[in-house]
Amino acid sequence: MYLRHLSIGDFRSYARAELALTPGVTTLVGRNGEGKTNLAEAMGYLATLGSHRVSQDAPLVRFGAERAIVRGLVDRGGRETLVELEIVPGRANRARLNRSPATRPREVLGTLRTVLFAPEDLSLVKGDPAERRRFLDDLLVARQPRWAAVRSDYDKIVRQRNALLKSAAPTLGPRRRRRSSRPATGPESEEVAAALRTLDVWNDQLAAAGAQLLYARLRLLRDLRPLLARAYDAVSDSSADARATYRASLHEEVADAIADGQVPTAEELRDALLATLAEQRAAEIERGVSLAGPHRDDLVLTLGELPAKGYASHGESWSFALALRLGAFWLLRHDLGDDPVLVLDDVFAELDAGRRRRLAGLIADCEQVVITAAVPEDVPAELAGTRFTVAKGHVEPAEAPAPGLGSERRPDHEPQRDPRSEPEPDAPPEPESPPEPADGVGTPEAGP
Amino acid sequence: MYEGAVQDLIDELGHLPGVGPKSAQRIAFHLLVADEDEVKRLVDALVQVKSRVRFCAVCGNVAEAETCRICSDDRRDASLICVVEEPKDVVAVERTREFRGRYHVLGGAISPMEGVGPDDLSIAQLFTRLADGSVTEVIIATDPNLEGEATATYLARALGTMGVRVSRLASGLPVGGDLEYADEITLGRAFEGRRLIHA
Ligand SMILES: Nc1ncnc2c1ncn2[C@@H]1O[C@H](COP(=O)(O)OP(=O)(O)O)[C@@H](O)[C@H]1O
Ligand SMILES: [Mg+2]
Ligand SMILES: [Zn+2]
Repeated sequence: MYLRHLSIGDFRSYARAELALTPGVTTLVGRNGEGKTNLAEAMGYLATLGSHRVSQDAPLVRFGAERAIVRGLVDRGGRETLVELEIVPGRANRARLNRSPATRPREVLGTLRTVLFAPEDLSLVKGDPAERRRFLDDLLVARQPRWAAVRSDYDKIVRQRNALLKSAAPTLGPRRRRRSSRPATGPESEEVAAALRTLDVWNDQLAAAGAQLLYARLRLLRDLRPLLARAYDAVSDSSADARATYRASLHEEVADAIADGQVPTAEELRDALLATLAEQRAAEIERGVSLAGPHRDDLVLTLGELPAKGYASHGESWSFALALRLGAFWLLRHDLGDDPVLVLDDVFAELDAGRRRRLAGLIADCEQVVITAAVPEDVPAELAGTRFTVAKGHVEPAEAPAPGLGSERRPDHEPQRDPRSEPEPDAPPEPESPPEPADGVGTPEAGP
Repeated sequence: MYEGAVQDLIDELGHLPGVGPKSAQRIAFHLLVADEDEVKRLVDALVQVKSRVRFCAVCGNVAEAETCRICSDDRRDASLICVVEEPKDVVAVERTREFRGRYHVLGGAISPMEGVGPDDLSIAQLFTRLADGSVTEVIIATDPNLEGEATATYLARALGTMGVRVSRLASGLPVGGDLEYADEITLGRAFEGRRLIHA
């Protein structure tokens, strides 16, 4: 698939911007702080309904504006789909697919698929387990959008269960029991029993949804592992073995089997979760948080014998993060028989000449690649593609012929359409409300 | 901000569920220019609903007498109880014309985040209704979302020891939804296809 047109209104630093895109490589060039990542972020948001930089939506809306609009025209094998999102902080997003309002924004997942690699991805290697869980779950959803529902159900169950544990602590916890001089009969023990019964109910829910999520992660990882190893080999010049081992917050026997790469059945995982919750009961009540389940798991990354976190060099960490994204790209390509859009934000500046060349070779055959760079010289010549200039919250086609390295050659596998000479015939026209964009958003950039 | 009475009205309206500040303002100004009669009818309806309507002593549904219309209707099958979260769900199920038994309105669903536990729902009252053995089946029709499911599971377990058939509305209802918004056909089918939890 490829993104044919991106249109944003009041998104980040942009009052509005129109970007007519083609298959093959597009480079967005501009100095730091001019708004390149903001464009990459908008593309990622269309695909995932989330930002790779922030967990809240407020920073995505242009300062002082009420709502942001992000709109993309996606071409998949000649079939076009228009995705429109309205982002209003503190409220649920509104979404439309081909102009029909979606009942839930989630319905648009899967229309555009992106794999976005950005400097922030270093935290996949160096950051908290939550970063790596998010990597897995995002990929799960990109692969099969229905996982978005399971994931959000699971999160809600954990929040409900934690709320119960917190509220039940004085009822169930050792402190209350110690203080109480009453015998274990009468009204208080009934209260305890009732709270315990509701805890069991939430255990069932957590185990059911948690086992599904865990099972899906493990199967995903089984498919990802060989691609990850190959990607690391390809982007780094070391021969170290890049591996990802799942560390489940389950009791030892099952956790060890999983760490060995086995994938138990969903049923077995559910039983293991229930058993672990039973073991942890006292500790959970004491601490008031859920201590077992996919929300406590980690993906341990290792290079050869050593853990990547805390041991890998900056360059190795970078290669590892890039390999995770490339592996994800190949996985989706293989699964869907269709390339996701590859977005590489500020990647090349970090790489030495050898790695640049290798990466260029690896992505040359992707259907669409969007690359951002501060200076055109950072991008290998064979990847120059169609260039846009980004400055002060505006994006426009670069002067032709684009100056600097890389402009002499176009990738020869894809005929390039020049967005300047050919007006977009079927860029998204103005939708009626909602979403209601600023005037003119949705009109394509007219050629000169 | 407006002057005294107008602002008071806007504030009061703004406390209503689903009415934001903008709607509250719109309604207030509508009432301000509406004719006397229209406003009087609204005031009457409000006063009436507070003075006449209460909750059924048996099932918790809205009622204009000690018991609701359904509980006092002898033609309804007293051996079947359909458990719902809110009175509005009774209306939704009634629309399907699929169910000829009686209801039990819990008054919500279990949700620790909102501080709602089993004791905050009319579960004890349900047990009292089951005590004499005349009820043979309980159909749990809580909302098809997490809290509704948790409530259903809790009830199913608690009722497991009571010697009564317990069933749950068939899935097919939109998950994450509200019973109230399920269309009649879907909800009707969910009734027909309810699955047994305890025989
Ligand atoms: N919500 C917002 N409203 C206005 N400006 C914003 C908003 N969010 C970010 N910016 C501005 O966008 C700029 C960063 O853009 P970015 O795309 O990250 O730059 P780069 O080109 O270096 O990737 C900063 O100058 C920042 O002030
Ligand atoms: Mg940037
Ligand atoms: Zn009644």
